[in-house]
Order: sequence, then structure tokens, then C-alpha cells
Amino acid sequence: MKTIEPNRSPSEIAVSAHGALESPLITGNQTFHSVTEKIAGILERKTPKGWYVGFSLAVSLLMLLVGTVGYLVWEGTGIWGVNNPVGWGWAIVNFIWWVGIGHAGTLISAILFLLRQQWRTSINRFAEAMTLFAVICALLFPGIHVGRMWVIYYFFPIPNQMSMWPNFRSPLLWDFFAVGTYFTVSLLFWYTGLIPDLATMRDRAKSRMKKIVFGLLSLGWRGGNRQWQHYELSYLILAGLSTPLVLSVHSVVSTDFATSIIPGWHTTIFPPYFVAGAIFSGFAMVMTLALIARKIFGLEHFITLNHLEKMNKIMLVTGSMVGYAYIMEFFIAWYSGNEFESFAFINRAFGPYAWAYWTMFICNVLLPQLFWFKKIRTSIPIMFTMTIFINIGMWFERFVITVTSLSRDFLPSSWDYYIPTIFDVFTFIGSFGLFFTLFLLFLRFLPMISMAEVKGVLPQADPHYGHDHASKKGGAA
Amino acid sequence: MSNLKIHGLLAEFADPHALINAAKAVRDAGYKTFDCHSPFPVHGMDQAMGMKRSSIGFIVAVFAFLGAVIGLGLQGWASTAAYPLVISGKPLFSWQAYIIITFALFVLFGAISAVLGMLRLNKLPRLHHPVFYSDRFKSASDDGFFVSIEASDTQFDAALTKTFLESIGGKNVEVLEGE
Repeated sequence: MKTIEPNRSPSEIAVSAHGALESPLITGNQTFHSVTEKIAGILERKTPKGWYVGFSLAVSLLMLLVGTVGYLVWEGTGIWGVNNPVGWGWAIVNFIWWVGIGHAGTLISAILFLLRQQWRTSINRFAEAMTLFAVICALLFPGIHVGRMWVIYYFFPIPNQMSMWPNFRSPLLWDFFAVGTYFTVSLLFWYTGLIPDLATMRDRAKSRMKKIVFGLLSLGWRGGNRQWQHYELSYLILAGLSTPLVLSVHSVVSTDFATSIIPGWHTTIFPPYFVAGAIFSGFAMVMTLALIARKIFGLEHFITLNHLEKMNKIMLVTGSMVGYAYIMEFFIAWYSGNEFESFAFINRAFGPYAWAYWTMFICNVLLPQLFWFKKIRTSIPIMFTMTIFINIGMWFERFVITVTSLSRDFLPSSWDYYIPTIFDVFTFIGSFGLFFTLFLLFLRFLPMISMAEVKGVLPQADPHYGHDHASKKGGAA
Repeated sequence: MSNLKIHGLLAEFADPHALINAAKAVRDAGYKTFDCHSPFPVHGMDQAMGMKRSSIGFIVAVFAFLGAVIGLGLQGWASTAAYPLVISGKPLFSWQAYIIITFALFVLFGAISAVLGMLRLNKLPRLHHPVFYSDRFKSASDDGFFVSIEASDTQFDAALTKTFLESIGGKNVEVLEGE
């Protein structure tokens, strides 16, 4: 039975086994009740003024997005900076960037769950929320970049008036399935995790409105062990299904490039390299959001320096993987002896887009190396700055890949330089409006940290706590 | 008030340790339709209550496999029968290229069945349950640990079961009474 219940060997690993070595996950001598009070309390107090400020800013940006997309529908993709060789501009760059950000949420919720990394319990809920909203932003771009979005149903494998079916050998269609599945599974995973906490909100609700809404959303959850048993196994299976899924999604996105013959795209390193980059940028975004939420809502006992340091280590690892991939691309370009491939990479580093390449290289490869130092890993202002740089760097990575290869391919007569227009910029900035509108609504109306899971990793959640002398061995019994 | 029916009994326990011991005692006394409520899953409770392993894995396996078959079938049928079109000189049934969408549908069907299967096995969603007649039960999602024994249990007797729950250390033993 124990093999299927990763949630149930909680505190003993962190506290008893390594008690002396590792600081506790949750600090401040929390009880079960204080956890509920703290996290549910955030939603029951008056809305802080800062929330309104942030929300109005986010909605303003969202309006910018709506306006720009409206103009795009009216006028067509000609308002963007895409030109003849560079047919894929910011829309694709933004799509990959947003999908990549989503990956950290699933990594935290699924992969770290399977690896029984209990520190994930403090950050998984809002990391998953971030995934959902990032994927929504990502899906926006393929939706609008087709130009005639009213016929986007051509994409769907449904019988239509032309008796035509999509080409199932096309990576663009794989993308549609991969990202669509990813969104659906992330939503299910997130909602399943929310059910026990929604029941808590239901039981604490004072107003009739809240009682009805949380009552319906919590589906009648009673926390009985006969329910927990199915629930936990279902959660474990979802984690098991999400793990290969998340690794496949960015791999599939990379095949959009890798299956073409454009120099600089046609490489086999793309799938793992894209996945590492996705996790890298996603962790940076989780960190940015976590640091802000931690400060504003006073969650220092729940998201401790211990958690933050662990996330910085993951960024160091994935950043180094990305750096390895950058260097390996150059090696292969030289080793392959293919002149177009060699040119593509020399052009990347020293051509007209050298500024973008070196921005990417410094932000993604050089700066994260500072995380080797514990002082830097545990300094909040430095890590906050770092996460911003990493996200800028990862955006430029996608820009470099997409634009430099297209702008100078085989024939010099077809080369051209790509310059985005103001509408490209508006759409990108506007997508932040969409993201933060959704995220702020989430922070205001749903528990941002999983109460049930945090309670499960408290030392007193262990049935042997304070009773059994043999409990030193923890879950080994 | 005479319409009220007894649905069961609810007893409160102090912590996960006490709840585990109570579960063992209730099981050993021969009760079948009882449940132990806690704000988070308690380690070792399944054995204490004498429960069998959840069958949800089989449900997911069936549906995930079905998803993969539908995925491959859809692509194969569309590319060979419904709309045969040679692309890049590849065979009509180029199965290698179909693996990704097959996998995506495998995961999609598996995940949906994991959630719906869990709800089905838990008989959720439901709007009401006798345990909610108790006001104290609100803390089951906060920091309360409860054992409920339903009146449908063959061994159930309001008075005797109540004494039994008190004898194993249950506090605030309540009769779940409602329509």
C-alpha cells in the first residue's frame, strides 16, 4: 500500500531522518489550524489596496491586448513586422516563451511529486496556476497569428464542408494536440488538488453566496479516508501521466523547427534543449511570482529561504544545461562540415543579431553561474533580479532561434532584417495583462498554497508523532 | 421533529495517532460502513481500516489505451480512407509520424478518466451527506479528526455504538440526525 501513497510518508523524511541536517520545511511552529488560518485567512480579509492597483494595471494591459487583437482581425497580420524571409516573428517567439514558462508548474506539481520532494507543497498550487495562465497566453498567439482566425477550425480534425482532413504528419498539428492536451491535463490536475482546499473554504464560508459557490466547487468532499484513498491514487496517476506529457510538449514545439531544413533549426538537440530551457524560464517566473506573493501576503513561514534556495539550484542546473546546448550547437555546426550550418551560427553570434545573441548568452548562461555561491542563492534581492534577467534571456533565446535563422538562410538575395512594429510590442505587453489579470484573480479567490498538502508535511501529521519510539525510521515501517 | 431519522454517529479524536487507533478498534469490533475523516490523508490509515487497494488504476489503464487506439485510428483512417493524400512521398499510413498525437490522446483520456473515475468511485459530486448535519464536522477540513459510523451498518445500534465510540476515546459523540 505504501508504494502508492507518496503523500503519506511526509514529515518523517524531512524531520526525523535528516532532522539535524535539514531545516524544517515549514517554519514558525505551525499547527493544522494555524495553516488554515493563515492561508484561508488571506482570502477572507479585506482586499489589500495593492491588489486593486495591480489589478487595474493588469486589466489596462489586457484592454491593450484586446484592442490590438481587434485591430489585427480587422487589418490582418500586415500590421506586424513579419516580412518575406522572416514569416515567423514575435507571435511564435511569444508562444514558445509562454508555453515554456508553463513547464515549471507541471515540473513542480508532477515530477517533484513523483520524486517525493516535499518542499514542493508550498509552491505547487500557484505554480500550477501559473502554468494554466501561461498556457492560455501561449495559446492566444497561434490562435491569432493565422491571420484569418475565423477559419481556425481547419486545424481541428473534424468533418468539414470541404471533406478535408488536417495533415497528421505536420508538427504544427502535433503542437495543437500536445498543447491542447497539456492545458486540459494541467487544469484537471490543478482542480483535483484544489478539491480538499475548496472544502475548507466551504466549511469556513460566512456568506450564503460563498457557501453555495464553494459548496458546489468542492463537490461534497468530506475528507473521509475512503475518499482520500481514491483521491491519492488518482493524483499519483495524474502526476505520472503529466510527467512524460510535460517533457513531450516542448519537445513537440521544438519539432516545429527541427523538422524543417532551415540551417540553425534542423538539429536533433532541439527537444531536450527546449525542455531544459522551458523549465529554466518557468522556474524563474515561479520565483518572481513567489517572491512577490511571499512579501505581500507574509508567507515567509511557508515559502522559506530553504524553498527558494532549492529553486535557485534547479535554475543553476537547467541554466547550465541550456549553456551546454548553446555551445554544443556551435560544435556540431563546425563538426558537421556543413557550410550553411556553420554560417548560421557564426551569423548568430557575430551577425546583425549579435546583440540579441549576447543578451541571451549573458542572461541565461553567465549570470545564473553566480548561483554557485550560497550567499547569492540566499539573497532575495539578487535572486529576484536574476529571475527577471533569466526571463529576458529566455525570450531572446526564442527570438534568436526564430529570427536569425529565417533572416539569412541559403540565398543572400533573399536575406532581410526583421524589425517588429509597435503592434508586435503591444500584443506581447498585452499578454502580460491577460496573465496577471488571471493570476491576481486567482490570488484573491482561491487558496494560493495547498493547505491539505502543507498540513500533510507538518511533523505532527505523522501518526507516530510523539507516540512511537520506533518512529525514527519513518515510513520504513 | 418526529420526522428526524438517525443516519449514524460521529465521534471526534485528538490527532492522527488517535484516529488510527480508533480505526483499528472500529474495524476489529466488526463495523463495515464507517469512515475516518481527516484534513489530509493519514499515513497507514488504509491498513488500519482494512481497506483494499483502489481500483482506479484499472479504470485509467482501460481509458488511456482506448485514447491511444482512437488517436491512431483517427489518424490512420483520415490519412488512408477519408482523405488520402501523398505528402513528401511518404506512405499514406506513416505511423511513425502519428505517434505523437496517439501519445497525446493516451494521456488526455487517461487523465480525464483518472479524475472522473476518482469522482465516480467516491460517489461525488453530491450535494449533501449525513455527516454535514453535525456543526462540529466543519473542522474536518481544518484540524479535526472524526470517525463516522453509518446507521446502515448491520451492527449499528444508536445507544450501543455510542457507548462503544466513547469507550475507544471518542469525544463529543454526536448522533447524525436529519430528514
